[in-house]
Amino acid sequence: MRYLPLTDAEREEMKRAIGIADVRELFTCIPSGQCRPPLGKLPKALSEPELLAVFREFGRRNGFAAALSFLGAGAHSHFIPEVVSYLSSKGEFLTPYTPYQPEVSQGSLQAIFEYQTMMAMLTGLDVANASLYDGASAAAEAVLLAVRRSGRSRVLLAESLHPEYAAVIRTYVQNLAIELVPVAVEGASGRVSVSDLRSQLDDATAAFVFQSPNFLGVVEDGKAIAAAVHERKAFAVQVVAEAMSLAYLTPPGEVGADMAVGEAQSFGLPLGFGGPYLGFMAVREEFMRQMPGRLVGETRDLDGQRGYVLTLSTREQHIKREKATSNICSNEAWCAMRAGMYLAVMGQAGLACAARACHLNAAYFVRQAAALAGIRVVYARNFFNEVLVEVRKGSAADLAAALKKKGILAGVPLAWFDAGQKNRLLLAFSELHDRAAIDRLLAAIGEAS
Amino acid sequence: MSHLPKLIFELSREGKIGCGLNEADVPAEPAVDAELRRGAIADFPQVSEVEIVRHYMALAKLNYSVDAGFYPLGSCTMKYNPKINERLAAAEELQAHPYAPHDLVQGNLEIMARLEEWLVELTGMAGFTLAPAAGAHGEFTGMLVVRRYLQEKGDPRRVVLIPDSAHGTNPASAHFAGYEVREIASSAKGTIGLAELRPHLTPDVAALMMTNPNTLGIFESDIMAVAEALHANGSLLYMDGANLNALLGIVRPGDLGVDVMHINLHKTFSTPHGGGGPGSGPVGVAANLLPYLPVPRVRKGGSGYEVVYADPRSIGRVKNFYGHFLVIVRALAYLMALGRENVGRVAEDAVLNANYVRSQLQGLLDLPYKAPTLHEVVFSDSGLPVKTLDIAKRLLDYGVHPFTIYFPLIVHGAMMIEPTESESKETLDDFIAVMKVILGEARENPELLRQAPTRTPVRRLDETQAARKPVLRWRKGELH
Repeated sequence: MRYLPLTDAEREEMKRAIGIADVRELFTCIPSGQCRPPLGKLPKALSEPELLAVFREFGRRNGFAAALSFLGAGAHSHFIPEVVSYLSSKGEFLTPYTPYQPEVSQGSLQAIFEYQTMMAMLTGLDVANASLYDGASAAAEAVLLAVRRSGRSRVLLAESLHPEYAAVIRTYVQNLAIELVPVAVEGASGRVSVSDLRSQLDDATAAFVFQSPNFLGVVEDGKAIAAAVHERKAFAVQVVAEAMSLAYLTPPGEVGADMAVGEAQSFGLPLGFGGPYLGFMAVREEFMRQMPGRLVGETRDLDGQRGYVLTLSTREQHIKREKATSNICSNEAWCAMRAGMYLAVMGQAGLACAARACHLNAAYFVRQAAALAGIRVVYARNFFNEVLVEVRKGSAADLAAALKKKGILAGVPLAWFDAGQKNRLLLAFSELHDRAAIDRLLAAIGEAS
Repeated sequence: MSHLPKLIFELSREGKIGCGLNEADVPAEPAVDAELRRGAIADFPQVSEVEIVRHYMALAKLNYSVDAGFYPLGSCTMKYNPKINERLAAAEELQAHPYAPHDLVQGNLEIMARLEEWLVELTGMAGFTLAPAAGAHGEFTGMLVVRRYLQEKGDPRRVVLIPDSAHGTNPASAHFAGYEVREIASSAKGTIGLAELRPHLTPDVAALMMTNPNTLGIFESDIMAVAEALHANGSLLYMDGANLNALLGIVRPGDLGVDVMHINLHKTFSTPHGGGGPGSGPVGVAANLLPYLPVPRVRKGGSGYEVVYADPRSIGRVKNFYGHFLVIVRALAYLMALGRENVGRVAEDAVLNANYVRSQLQGLLDLPYKAPTLHEVVFSDSGLPVKTLDIAKRLLDYGVHPFTIYFPLIVHGAMMIEPTESESKETLDDFIAVMKVILGEARENPELLRQAPTRTPVRRLDETQAARKPVLRWRKGELH
C-alpha cells in the first residue's frame, strides 16, 4: 500500500527487536472475541487513477457548475487570485500541526499575526483572534463571551440574524442558564426596531446580537443600536455574514460595536459546499483576556529577535480544562492563513475595488428590477450586495425553478429556512458578475414572472 | 538587523498593487447612505504580487511540517497527507454553493452519505453526523446528544466522569453541555477499570468520557465491563476517538458497548492539519441515540439523496451548512485508497512503529506505565539531569519535530511519542539515534540542551512577556 512505507522484511526485523513473533501479539489487550470485524461493506482499495475516476464521477453527478449563480446568504463567490491558491497549498503551510514549538513555526505564527492585524483593521476593533469554526459558531461564542464578561444572563437576538446562526446559538446555550430574547425587525425599513430593542433591554441583559448587513440584506443603523445598548451597559455584538462588506461599510468598531463576529469565507476560500470556512472574532481590548480561541502574540527570543508565539493560553482548555473560556482546540488556522494571503494580495485598493463592484452590481439590479412587473425589491436602499425580492404571483421557489431551467440560480428562497416565507428570494451579487450577467438575470425574471 | 521576514505591513508602499481587478462595468451609482460607507482601510497592505510571493515563501521556510520530516507529536496522529486528496478537494465540480438545489449536488451528497456509511461499518456505531468542525466540537455535540437523550428519559443528570489522563477538551466540552465534571484517577496501570469507576458511579452520573486507547497509548481493556456498569446505572459511555488510528480495522467501538464517539478526520483519516485546522469531528451514536443527532442529515430517498433540515428530537444545528465538506472529501478519498484490504494494516504498522520506538528507548528513559503500548508511548523525564523541555528543544537542533511534552498530566515531564504508520524503519532508526545522542549530551553537557535550540530561525521565545503585555497586532508607529 503506497501510504505505508514499511517492507515485510523490516516488519520482521522490528518484530524481532520487540520480541514478538506476530504483530497480533501487540493487540492481545483487546477483547479477543471482538477483534478483526469482517468490514465487508468497506470498498476495495483503489489505485490513484481509479480514485480520480471515482471522484470525477461524483463531480458529474453534480450539475451546478455551468449555472450563473446569485446564491449567497452567508456563503459567497468571489474572485480568488491564483497567488492565494499557489501559496496556501504549499506543504509548509498545509501540513504542520498547531504551532506548539514556536522555534520551528514562525511562518504560521507570523502569517496568523498578520491575519489578526488585518481583521482588526477591517472591523475597526482592537484585537482579532486566530479564528473560530465558522460564522454561526463565532456568534455563539460571542454570546458566551458577553455573558462571561458581564455576569448577566439575558441575551437579545435580532430577528434579522441569519436563521442558521440563531439556530446554532440556541444549540450552544441550550443547557446553560442563558435566556435568549428576540428583537423585532421593522417591516418597512428591514432594520431592527430600536424601540423594541429599548423595551427589551434591562439590567440583566448581557448583549444584543445583530447582523449587519442583516439577513434581509439591509445595513443596520449600528450607531443607534450601539447607543441604545450602551445606555443599559450591555454589549453590542455585530454579526457579519459577508465579510466583503467590511471593506465597503463603516466598520463595526466605528459604529460602536463592542465585538464583531462572523464569516470570512469571502476572503479567498472556495464555496466548498459549505466548508471549511472561517469564523472570525474581533473585540475591544477589554475582552481580550476572556476571548475564546487561539491568539498569536509578538515577543522576543533569547537573542532579542522579534518572534511570535501562541499566547494567553491560560484561557484555554489544555490549561484550564472545564474552566476554560471555550472548548475549542483545532480551529481554522489554514483558512485564516489563506485569508491573510488573500487580503495581502488584494491589498487596500483591490479589496475596495471588489467590495465596490459587489455593491454597484446589486444597486444596478435594484434600479433595473423596478421595471419588472413580476417582482418587487423589498428594500431598495441601504443594502450591500444582497437584495431581497418578493414575487407577486406564485412562489419564490417556482421562480427559482423556472430560472434554473435557464441555467440561472436566481437566489435562495427564504422558504429554505422558514416554510412561511413562500414568496421571498434573497439574491447575492459580487464582483464576478458583470452587466451582461445581471441583464441576463433580469430578462429571465421578466420572462418567467 | 534581523534575518527574519518583515511583516507584510512593513513591506507596504503607497500605490503598490498586488492584484488586477477591473472596476464594475455598471454605472457607479451607490445605493447606500454616505454615512454608512467607510473610507480607505488605514494602513492596509499595499504590496506587489512578486513581493507577496517572496514574503510567504520566506515564511514557509521557517515552518516545520509533515511534508518536511518526522513529526511524532503524541495524540495528534501526524501521518502523511496524500497529495491526490488535495487535487480531489480542489476540483471545481465539487465547489457547490451550500444552498444549491439538491438535484444539482447529488454527487456531493453521495460523498457525505458514503463516508457516513463507511464510518458506520468501521466503528460499529449506528449512524454518524458529519457536521462537527473539529474533535472538540464533536465532543460538545456528543455530550449534547447524551444530555438530550437522558432528558427525554426524564432526567439529564448532573455529572460527567472524566479520567485524569483525558485531553482538556473533554472537561471543557462536558462543561459547555451543562455538566459538572468529576475527575477519576487512573489505576497504577494507567487505565480505568471497575475499581476506579465504582466509587464515582452515583445515580447522577450522565456519562463517562473515555479516550481509547487512552493518552498513555494503553487500551482500556476493561471497557466492556465499564460499559456494562455504566448502562446498569442508566449512564452512557462516550468514547473520545482521537486515538482511533490504533484500532482501525482491528476492533469496533460499537461492539464494545460505546454509546457515543467522535472521530478526528484530520488525525485518523489523514487530512492535513493546516497549522491548527480545519479539522472535522464526525460523531457516531448507537441506534437509540440516532434521533438526537444534529441537523442537517443526508439520507437516501426515492429520487436520490435528500437532506433533512429539521427534526424536533434533534439537538439542533451545531454549525452552518453541512460541515467541513472539503475535509470530508479528503477523508473519503483516503479511506477508498486504503480499502478494506489495508485499514487494519494502518493500525498494525502504527502500533508496530510505536512499539519499536518503545523497545529501543525504554532502557534509556523512564517508562512509568508499562502496560502494552498501542499507537503511542509515554516516557517521563524522571532521573534525567535535564527537563523534557530541554530534550524537546534539542531535537529541534537535529531537525526533528519534538513529541508532545508535559501531557498527559499524570506523567512527570511526559514525552508522548506517536510515530504513526507513515514512517519508515529508517526514519525511526534516525530518530532513535538522535535521541541517544541527546541523552548522551544531557549527561555530559546538559547546558547544551538548556540553551537549545540554536540552529532554528529563532531561539527560545519569551512567552511570559508575550502574555504579560500582549501585542496581538501590528500598529503603525509602534515599535515591533
